[in-house]
Amino acid sequence: MPDILIELEDVSYRYGDETALDHVSLQVRKGEFWAVIGPNGSGKSTLIKLILGLISPRTGSVRLFGEPAAMFRDKERIGYVSQKSNAFNSAFPATVSEVVRSGLVKKTGMFRRYPADADEQVLKALQAVGMEAYAGRGIGQLSGGQQQRVFIARALISHPELMILDEPTVGIDRKHMESFYDMLGRLNREQGIAILLVTHDVDTVSELVTHVACVNRSIHFHGPSEEFSRREASIRNDWYGHPVRRVHHGKGGAGE
Amino acid sequence: MISAIFEYSFLKNAFASGLIIGIIAPMLGLFIVVRRLSLIADALSHVTLAGIAGSLFLSQSYLPLAALNPIYLGMGSSVAGSLLIGKLRETYRSYEELAIPIIMSGGIAIGAIFISLAQGFSADLMGYLFGSVSAVGRGDLLTIAAVGVGTAVFIGLAYKELFAISFDPEYSRAQGLSMNRLNFWFMIITALVVASSMRIVGILLVSSLMTLPVAAAMQVAKGFRQAMVWSVVFGELSVIGGLFSAFYLDIAPGGTIVVISVLILLVILAVKRIRAAAGKNRNGGEPHDI
Repeated sequence: MPDILIELEDVSYRYGDETALDHVSLQVRKGEFWAVIGPNGSGKSTLIKLILGLISPRTGSVRLFGEPAAMFRDKERIGYVSQKSNAFNSAFPATVSEVVRSGLVKKTGMFRRYPADADEQVLKALQAVGMEAYAGRGIGQLSGGQQQRVFIARALISHPELMILDEPTVGIDRKHMESFYDMLGRLNREQGIAILLVTHDVDTVSELVTHVACVNRSIHFHGPSEEFSRREASIRNDWYGHPVRRVHHGKGGAGE
Repeated sequence: MISAIFEYSFLKNAFASGLIIGIIAPMLGLFIVVRRLSLIADALSHVTLAGIAGSLFLSQSYLPLAALNPIYLGMGSSVAGSLLIGKLRETYRSYEELAIPIIMSGGIAIGAIFISLAQGFSADLMGYLFGSVSAVGRGDLLTIAAVGVGTAVFIGLAYKELFAISFDPEYSRAQGLSMNRLNFWFMIITALVVASSMRIVGILLVSSLMTLPVAAAMQVAKGFRQAMVWSVVFGELSVIGGLFSAFYLDIAPGGTIVVISVLILLVILAVKRIRAAAGKNRNGGEPHDI
């Protein structure tokens, strides 16, 4: 089935004696927008690493575009945006367009020059995230929200079919966070890019996403977002193992 | 007066070597600085000392080795040291910086042993520690030129990959870049550049030629490519100015080259300060942030 982009089947992963993920199964199809939510230490980051092929599961299988993740080579079909906080040193001497252009590294191939129309591609990618006016700026001069847009542009430049974002809004204020999520929604609707978003901001994204997965070592719920909204209270109780009250997360958590 | 420097062939060798080093050391240094590996250059230069001292000792004790240029054993030990650093960083994954003092003190220790055993190459040794304008031979120049070409080709071919892994290693790994292979070659090239720079600036000051011009460039450059250009400009200014003054004042070039690069950095920092203050006044005290 070619329209399944990510397929986890009965995946488990352990760090030493600590079980990070326990028999997890998940399917992400073309054009879907998934929110992966869960408390700190619930295995969300492990899930991302497994999908990106950075680590291999103990048991079960991870497939990307129908291929085993460990064998998957067309990484440019996946755009990855990590938590801003650990991504880079803000004094790094690079312009916004140099950063975005580096999204073409894999596609261009080892020892080859960037394509002749790279500048044009950079501009297009920056336009898609509304950052074209900042092309010549130093990346360190931008605000956190603007930097994350630039990193989205870096992912977009290789025309990915799937974007994976690991808590991209940590450290970004609420106002910019909302416009950031709106932009993700547009990319999903207008360009048909499937998105897997790991997030703390359940309230903000619930309107936007098509599917939700609740992770806490195992997946406690996965399905369409309407169903999640309807059954939220009972899902949460089951998920945390005890009744929980909704708390406002403010600027998001500290990550995992 | 300036033409005098070209009348002696040994000066020509020193000058040509200096020009090459002035390009490749800051160029590679930019990647080293942004990857926070500055101390590695220092560690490698001390390992180079062990190789040089070993070579000088061997050439004293075994006549067949007398003609061997110490730069080769220096390079060999530098490369070995770089591989060892890589291994140690893997072993002490959560204390990666531990590799540096281990290698650095190991290098000095072995160097000290050979120096004490040999007794009597102190004049040569001074040249290796602080650089020399008179000791650069034709063989040195050819070796340095070869390393220079190799380094330029490596950076030219792998520029975009090196940029990507320097800027965001996590993203590069997610993109499937083969970091290990790239890092391996990066360390080898660094070791070779460190060992060849030592002829001109001396072992104790090699790392400054890889970091000071870069530090100055990062103050003026907007982007990475610009930073590389400015690093090379500042590196060349320091080397040329340093070699001339070393020759005419009869001082070790390592000292003059590094002092000039420190001065360049100070001037740039001062100019930036003055400008920032002037800009602040114009904007009525408001910092002009975006």
